[in-house]
Amino acid sequence: MGQQVINGLFLGSIYALFALGYTLVFGVLDILNLAHAAVFMVATFVAVALVGHGLHILLALPLAVLFAGLLGLVLERVAFRPLRARTDSNISGLISSLAAATIIEAVALEIWGPNITRFPFGTLPEGPANQLQLFGGTVSRLQLTIIAVAVLLVLALTWLVKGTRLGREVRAVAESPRAARVLGVNVDRAIAAAFFISSALGGAAGVLYGLAFNSISPDMGRGVELKGLAVIILGGMGSMPGAVLAGFALGLTEVFVVASLGGSWRDAISFAGLFLILLVRPRGLMGAAVTREA
Amino acid sequence: MWEQLSDFYLTYQSTFAYIGINALLAFSVYVSLSCGQLALGSAGFAAIGAYASALVTMKADLPFPVALAVGTLLPALVAVPLGLPVLRLKGIFLAIATIGFGEVVRLGLVNWEYVNGAQGIVAIPQKTSLWMIYLAVAVTLFVLWRLRGSKWGFALEAIREDEPAARTLGIPSTGYKLAMLVLGAALAGLAGALEAHFTFMVAPNGFGFSRVVDMLVYAVVGGAQGFWGPLAGAGFLTLLPELLRELAPLVGIEPGPLRMLVNGVVLLVVILFLPAGLMSLPRTLRERRAARRAAGAGGAAA
Repeated sequence: MGQQVINGLFLGSIYALFALGYTLVFGVLDILNLAHAAVFMVATFVAVALVGHGLHILLALPLAVLFAGLLGLVLERVAFRPLRARTDSNISGLISSLAAATIIEAVALEIWGPNITRFPFGTLPEGPANQLQLFGGTVSRLQLTIIAVAVLLVLALTWLVKGTRLGREVRAVAESPRAARVLGVNVDRAIAAAFFISSALGGAAGVLYGLAFNSISPDMGRGVELKGLAVIILGGMGSMPGAVLAGFALGLTEVFVVASLGGSWRDAISFAGLFLILLVRPRGLMGAAVTREA
Repeated sequence: MWEQLSDFYLTYQSTFAYIGINALLAFSVYVSLSCGQLALGSAGFAAIGAYASALVTMKADLPFPVALAVGTLLPALVAVPLGLPVLRLKGIFLAIATIGFGEVVRLGLVNWEYVNGAQGIVAIPQKTSLWMIYLAVAVTLFVLWRLRGSKWGFALEAIREDEPAARTLGIPSTGYKLAMLVLGAALAGLAGALEAHFTFMVAPNGFGFSRVVDMLVYAVVGGAQGFWGPLAGAGFLTLLPELLRELAPLVGIEPGPLRMLVNGVVLLVVILFLPAGLMSLPRTLRERRAARRAAGAGGAAA
């Protein structure tokens, strides 16, 4: 039981981190950025490459995250900004993000090939010396580190959005771009910042996921992408506390479903849940109670 | 001469078949888009059609037309109880809910022992011929052509442009949207049934999220404004890999990544510069040239 909870929290922290960036961009732009999973994947490969060049993982992680953030800026400039003035920008934005995701995946496939890549042996300390006994379960130091890093990033983002000037500007743009512009907010800059932060978080989630499961391939983002959708719907589109809560909820649920029904039902749960939430409570757990006339 | 023709036919038979099947799938996404709804359940509907028809021919031993009918009608029936609640959602939310539906169908099939789970059904008798596929495409084109300019066509356009306004005018928008979802489900199911009896096998992973993305891409690249668009998009993007396979050694990129790269770039260029799709390219060029000429004349006058 204790073991299941630990595993669930571990999985949930990665889902939460991934979904946080996803929902941030949706909150600001009303656009579903389906290239988020591609950024998640590329950041992992970048981290592997850096470690392969002899960098310590603690140095490779922030560099890969920075790379992801910069890639987010490029995506915003190329695939989203040109469409912003269009009336159907939420559908055309979704399509251009798909195009961007395809391009990124193609490049990754060409550089790294379709096979599974792994972090070099010894990237992380392993072995029984690094196992801890906690609440009647076994936790590796890696799992604890991943949970800690994820929680730290969630707290940092919350501070950034609630406590800084930039965060206030981003929230103002999310509320109403026109009103924000009238009040002197640099809307382009705020949106670019949201993309940078979102993609950096997605990249961080990718590197942690890669470290956790050590099975990295150009299509690794696909499963997480759809689960991320389930998480942000469950949490309420655009709600960041909701995304974190729902991320942990999905992680725990999956672990318990695997334990009681078997592994093949794991993925079905998130989509059945997603579907039901949309029918019964479309605004999710913590979404705003506005009806969106898209 | 005759021999060469038949050689050509044998070599490209499956490409031609896939152009038709992909066109039907593109139409299934297009019909909902034509009233402004991004419904992405078509992979799920195609899976239902494919599995249902395969079971009819293999387990029930009934003739192929019956299998096609079941493969078309069952998804359409499923679309009604799905559509009633789901079509209340708008924009992105409808897209996500229908993606969720498709994944539930796929994962349900993965977990269904009777149809071999993830391995899928194999050794389905090959009963689909090329003319059947193109007859279905032709009938679809005919229906869409008749729709344009009719009362139905105008209603769909009104809903696409401004649904609340259309409602105020007394257009029962929910009914129209549901009808289009059901039509799309029937088309996807028919395509799935034809495909299952063309390729000998069906497996759940052939009907995942990336499949419905392909369908959307065909419709958008071809142009979601006119009814020829999905056929053009499916034709263009199904032929493209054949060309690229020849081209791949020349540019030094593996065929797989090259195909994805070109697909992505084509989609990005179309959505950024040709929002009405490839079919609108001649018109766009003509308008641009006219605009430039007008600007030149204005400059000369000043």
